[in-house]
Amino acid sequence: MRPSAIRLLNILVPVKRAVDYAVKIRVNPQQTGIDANVKHSMNPFDEIAVEEAVRLREKLSAKVKSITALTIGPAKSADTLRTALAMGADSGVHVEIPESSSSPEPLAVAKTIRAIIERKNKDAKSEEDKVDLVILGKQAIDDDLGVTGQMLAGLLGWSQATFASKVEIDTDKKEALVVREIDGGAEEIKCRLPLVVTTDLRLNEPRYASLPNIMKAKKKPVEKLTPVDLGLDYTPQLETLRVAEPPKRVGGGKVATVDELLAKLKDAGFEAVKA
Amino acid sequence: MGRYHGRSTTVLKPRSTHEVSQILKWCNQRRIGVVPQGGNTGLVGGSVPVNNEIILSLANLNNVRSFDPVSGILVADAGCILQSLTDYVAPHNHIMPVDLGAKGRHSHSCQIGGNVATNAGGLRLLRYGSLHGTVLGLEVVLPDGTILDQLTTLRKDNTGYDLKQLFIGAEGTLGVITAVSILTPPAPQASNNVVLALPSFDNVLPLYQTVKRQLSEILSAFEFIDRTAYDLAVKHGQGRALTEEDVEGAECFVLIETSGGRREHDEEKLNDLLESLLTAEKPLVNTGVLAQSPSQFSSLWALREGVTEAVSKEGKPYKYDISIPLSTFQSVVDGTREHLRSKGLLHDKAVKYVIGYGHVGDGNLHLNIIADSYLPEIEAALEPYIYEVVASHRGSISAEHGIGAMKTHALHYSKSPVAIELMKKIKHVLDPNGIMNPGKVLE
Repeated sequence: MRPSAIRLLNILVPVKRAVDYAVKIRVNPQQTGIDANVKHSMNPFDEIAVEEAVRLREKLSAKVKSITALTIGPAKSADTLRTALAMGADSGVHVEIPESSSSPEPLAVAKTIRAIIERKNKDAKSEEDKVDLVILGKQAIDDDLGVTGQMLAGLLGWSQATFASKVEIDTDKKEALVVREIDGGAEEIKCRLPLVVTTDLRLNEPRYASLPNIMKAKKKPVEKLTPVDLGLDYTPQLETLRVAEPPKRVGGGKVATVDELLAKLKDAGFEAVKA
Repeated sequence: MGRYHGRSTTVLKPRSTHEVSQILKWCNQRRIGVVPQGGNTGLVGGSVPVNNEIILSLANLNNVRSFDPVSGILVADAGCILQSLTDYVAPHNHIMPVDLGAKGRHSHSCQIGGNVATNAGGLRLLRYGSLHGTVLGLEVVLPDGTILDQLTTLRKDNTGYDLKQLFIGAEGTLGVITAVSILTPPAPQASNNVVLALPSFDNVLPLYQTVKRQLSEILSAFEFIDRTAYDLAVKHGQGRALTEEDVEGAECFVLIETSGGRREHDEEKLNDLLESLLTAEKPLVNTGVLAQSPSQFSSLWALREGVTEAVSKEGKPYKYDISIPLSTFQSVVDGTREHLRSKGLLHDKAVKYVIGYGHVGDGNLHLNIIADSYLPEIEAALEPYIYEVVASHRGSISAEHGIGAMKTHALHYSKSPVAIELMKKIKHVLDPNGIMNPGKVLE
């Protein structure tokens, strides 16, 4: 029997520039959104996604042919892309939107990712060049919508493995074994490639970008596109009426005696359990 | 640290400078010893009574008296907690010139009066200088109850002896600091950090020179961690570790922090520096990592700040906080380890690790000897050995922790008989009955 050609993997990792999780969020005075003039960094779940792609390459070596990072956002999102490149992605795609526009909704993001995949696959010279794995965060910590991965799998008609805490890929069989975080435990599923994986916190611990890799990242290619280039319209389907801070927590009080505490509990409607 | 236990029966918590004055007057007349106490976070037992002295807690003197957002001058009661002062000046875009580590319990409980009384150093000293420079004025109650009001807010005042300097670092042996006037610097608009892995300690000094020259005014910290200290910090979960590949062959690590007014400017400078370091013909560094986000920034700091906590988790630490010439950092650490080995004390049941870390920029080395348990043999092997080594380099046996009760017997290793005699005379003039923090600083 002739040995079959080695199946090669092309991984796409969408990443989002989000307000850093260490920053205290403040609502703007007009109550239309949050104060965006604060430190941003890569959405932590996306960082895990990049790390997983890089680890897959370390494990499968030459079988991972390419890792492409994709971001949608204003000019500053280029920094986020550079971080992904410094962590180990080979090239980047930046779908640029004006600084003033709000970030696109999940469906628009999913459509963008699909458009990028279709573009790449159309240009592919052979099966080996086609994107067969998308790894992305299960949610972004700014809007917490958590649906992009699922929508993408639906649009593409691909397998989906969400909330992954472990990913193993068998490139020859074109199969993946994924452990998912579910209520009360873990679920192990086997799926066929092509596949959309969304990452959960326990999947891995992302590495720091090392200096030599930061230097190399500066020379890696980044393609710039606009939504129009992809035939997409980012007009929102949702309207934000008002953004408000949660009500301020009222501090507790001190009581002098147990009787006083009991009286207060009774006032609040609590009653002793009848034996 | 559980090494000092007081035996006092009385704690007084005055609410005003006047009350402090009344208490001292009363105690002075009756010759009752008084131990001023702030957050009680000191490392050398300076705030712990040695006999049955009265403890004078400054905790209820905790109001900010004034803050001028133009000059940045803050006047606050001695009992104000450092962290709450940091929070107070933050909305005005200022920071406290002293920072004892963001993670540690210190900044959340230590008080500004205690910081000044012990002349605390910390992580920002390289940038903002010592409290001898940033403190502009003090209000001090003298042992006889007299209030010495020097709470001025002047940057310049050349009128006679600068008396406040006597009380900065006197560890409460000359009087009780009740209020502080301090110059707070404007908050940096951008900060960044990087951890570099070095093949040899010999590269630290040339690296420091290069970094100072290239980063110039934005350099705000240059910290050193030896390999053992780094490994311990990682072992005890202090901050995310670098990859195996990055730490391979590294003998020590350097953490560099920049703080400046404009992100793009700082990043450009830092990138130029890193590029020149990596592409040099004979590179001083193996590799390194650059924080990509505020969370990575704190994670990298945790590797350095977390050493203290890791040390306490690992065993019983003997902590030496010494000032010595930079070039001798490594040889002092290695020398101490060899000395303990020659005494047969370097094994699992005695001394487990000898580590060095600290503030390169300030010439301040933290030499920690981590033992399985506190043993008299270990102490005998360490002292006076370490003090003699320090004295041979004309160093200081206490760079930033003070003398307290722990090191009074060793003061002569850093101060000449003439100096000690003069200190005793000053002490006698101000506190003839010897009621202020007896047994501390001077024997």
